[in-house]
Amino acid sequence: MAKKKFVVGCFDDEAVLFPAVKKVRTSGYKIHDVYTPFAVHGLDHALGLRETSLHTAGFIYGISGTATALGSISWILAKDWPLNFGGKPHFALPAWIPITFELTVLFSAVGMVLTFCYLCQLAPFVKKHHFHARATDDMFVMVIECTEKTNADDLKAFLASNGAIETDVQVAEEGWWLGRYDRDEHPFQNKQTVVA
Amino acid sequence: MHLKYESQLREPLVNGDKNYHQVTEDIIRPIEAKPSRLWYVGFYIAVALLLFGVYSIYRDVTYGIGQWNLNKTVGWGWDITNFVWWVGIGHAGTLISAILLLFRQGWRTGVNRAAEAMTIFAVMCAGQFPIWHMGRVWMAFFVLPYPNTRGPLWVNFNSPLLWDVFAISTYFTVSLLFWYSGLIPDLATVRDRAFTKLRKRLYGIASFGWTGSTKHWQRHESLSLVLAGLSTPLVLSVHTIVSFDFATSVIPGWHTTIFPPYFVAGAIFSGFAMVQTLMVIIRKVFQMEDYITIGHIEAMNKVIVLTGSIVGIAYLTELFMGWYSQNKYEGYTFWYSRAYLFSPYGWSYWGMMACNVLSPQIFWFRKMRRNLFVTFFMSIIVNIGMWFERFVIIVTSLYRDYLPSSWSVYYSPTIWEIGFYAGTFGLFFTCFFLFAKYMPVIAVAEIKYVLKTSGENYKGKMDQLEEKGVEQFAHDHAH
Repeated sequence: MAKKKFVVGCFDDEAVLFPAVKKVRTSGYKIHDVYTPFAVHGLDHALGLRETSLHTAGFIYGISGTATALGSISWILAKDWPLNFGGKPHFALPAWIPITFELTVLFSAVGMVLTFCYLCQLAPFVKKHHFHARATDDMFVMVIECTEKTNADDLKAFLASNGAIETDVQVAEEGWWLGRYDRDEHPFQNKQTVVA
Repeated sequence: MHLKYESQLREPLVNGDKNYHQVTEDIIRPIEAKPSRLWYVGFYIAVALLLFGVYSIYRDVTYGIGQWNLNKTVGWGWDITNFVWWVGIGHAGTLISAILLLFRQGWRTGVNRAAEAMTIFAVMCAGQFPIWHMGRVWMAFFVLPYPNTRGPLWVNFNSPLLWDVFAISTYFTVSLLFWYSGLIPDLATVRDRAFTKLRKRLYGIASFGWTGSTKHWQRHESLSLVLAGLSTPLVLSVHTIVSFDFATSVIPGWHTTIFPPYFVAGAIFSGFAMVQTLMVIIRKVFQMEDYITIGHIEAMNKVIVLTGSIVGIAYLTELFMGWYSQNKYEGYTFWYSRAYLFSPYGWSYWGMMACNVLSPQIFWFRKMRRNLFVTFFMSIIVNIGMWFERFVIIVTSLYRDYLPSSWSVYYSPTIWEIGFYAGTFGLFFTCFFLFAKYMPVIAVAEIKYVLKTSGENYKGKMDQLEEKGVEQFAHDHAH
C-alpha cells in the first residue's frame, strides 16, 4: 500500500496545544489527527470534526431491542402456544415490561460497543501505526499529513515555534485503519499555504 | 481552551504535586512490579477457598441438593440469601460509574474502575447460586427461550424468576462492556510502557490497538455517556426485579409494595460497604493514598449513612404495616418470627437491626467518616448486616407457613452450603487479585482528565481567580 509522510509535533500541555491547532489550521495544513492521553474536551471542535452519531445508533439498537422483546413474547404467549396462567389474559403486557426493558438496554449497549469498535477499528489483533509511545502517557501528539507542496523542515520549525517540544517526520503506510477523515469544514480554505 | 474552575471549598481529588506522567507512573507501577509476598498469600487463600467451593458444588451435583439442609418448608435458604447478597454488592460499581457520572460527581474517578471490576466479579458469584440450585444443572439451558422440540415449550415470560434471568444476564453483559470499554485506553497506556515483548504483545491484544485519536476519544466519550444513561435505570431495574422474586408472591413478609426501593437502597448500601473494604486495602497496599483520598472515603461513607437510613425506614415501615394492616399472617411474621428476640430466628433480625440501622449512624460524625479504621470495620459490619437482612427475609418468612403441620424444624446450613458460599468468596477474591495485579485499578485517563481542575497543586493556583474576579482571570489566561 501507498506510504504517506507525516510531520509529528508533540506538546506537553493542552493549553499550548489548542492555540497551536488553531494556528496550524489557519495556515492551511491538514491535521491528520491529534493523539491524546485522555479525552480533551473541545479538541474535536478545534479540529473541525463533526459530532459523532454513535448515540443515534444506540437509540436505533435500543428500539430494535424493544421490538424484538415485545414481538417475540407476544407471539410466543399469545399466538404460538397460549398457556393458561390462572385465567389471566394471554396478552399480559404489564408483565412483559421488565424483559422488554432489559432487552432494550442489552441491544443498545452491545450494538453501541460493537459499532464503536467498528468505527474506531478496534479489535484484539489489529495493528496500527503509533506515532508516539507517550501519546498514551503525557504527550499530545499532533500529526500533519504532508502533500507534495509541504516543506517538512519548515513545518517542523513552525510547530516548534508554536510550542511543540519534539518534532519528527514519520512515514506510515496508508490503510483503512488510519481512518477516514471526517468531512473537513475547510473554514480557512482560501488562506495561503506558505508558512511564515 | 476552556476555562475550567472548581471551587476551593471542594477537596482536591488528587493530592500532591502531580503531572500527567506522574499519574501514569503511580497507577501503573504495581502492574509492572513483581507481586509482593502478601499478594501471593492472599491469592493462594482465595484459590483454596475456590477449590473448596468447587468440591462443594461437585457434591451438590453428584448427590443432589439434598446435600443442603433445605427442606419442604424452607426451600430457599443460604443459596438464595447469598445470591441476593452478592447481587446487591454488585450494584455499587455501576452506581458509581453510571449514576455518579450523570450527576457529575468528580470523586467517582478515583474509585470507579475497581468498583466496576468488583461489580462484575460479584455478579459472577451471584449467578452461581440460582444455577446450582437448579439441581439438575445440565438442564440449565431450559431457561433460554428458543424454538425447541419439547412442544415447543416456552419459558413463562410472566414469571419474575425469568425476569431475573434476563435482568442478571443483561446486567452482567452491560457492566462488562462498560468496564472494558473504559479499560481500553488504560491498557494501551500499559502497552506503550511495556518493557518485554510478551507484555507488549499481551497488552497490545487487550488494548484493541487503541491510539488515542481525537475522533476515537470523541466516540468514547459519547459511548461512556450513553452507557451510563442506560446503566442507570438498569442498575435500579435489576434489584427491583430481584425484589419481585419475593414481592409478587403471597408469602407474608414478602408480599409488600415497598420491596423495590427498599432492595435497591439495600443493594447500594452493601455495595458501597464492599467498595470501602476493598478501597481501604488497595490504597494502602498500592500506595494510592493520593488518588483514593480521605475525601473519597468520606463521600462513600455519606452514601452509606444515607442508604442505611433508607433501609432502616423500610424496616420500620414493614413493622408498622404488619400491625396496621391487621393481617394476622403479616403480624405473625413481622412481630413474632422477626421482631421478637426470643423467637427461633429473632437473633438474626436484631443482628440485622444492629448492623444496618444502628451502627452506620456513627457516620453522622465527620471524624468517624474520615477515620480509616472505623470505615474498614463498619464496611465489614454492614455487609454482615446485609447478609442477615436477606437471611431474615427468606428464612423467617418460610419456616412457618400457612400450614402448621409443615412448620419446619430449625433450618441451619450443612457444611456444603457453607462451602459453596466460601467458594464464591474464593472466586471473587481470585478474580480481584488477578485484576489488581494485571490491570490498572484506577482509571488513569480519567484521573488525568480531572487533574488540572481538581488536583491539589492546580487548585492552589486558582486562588487567584477568587481574588481577581472571573473577567480579569479569563483575560490573563486567554490564549
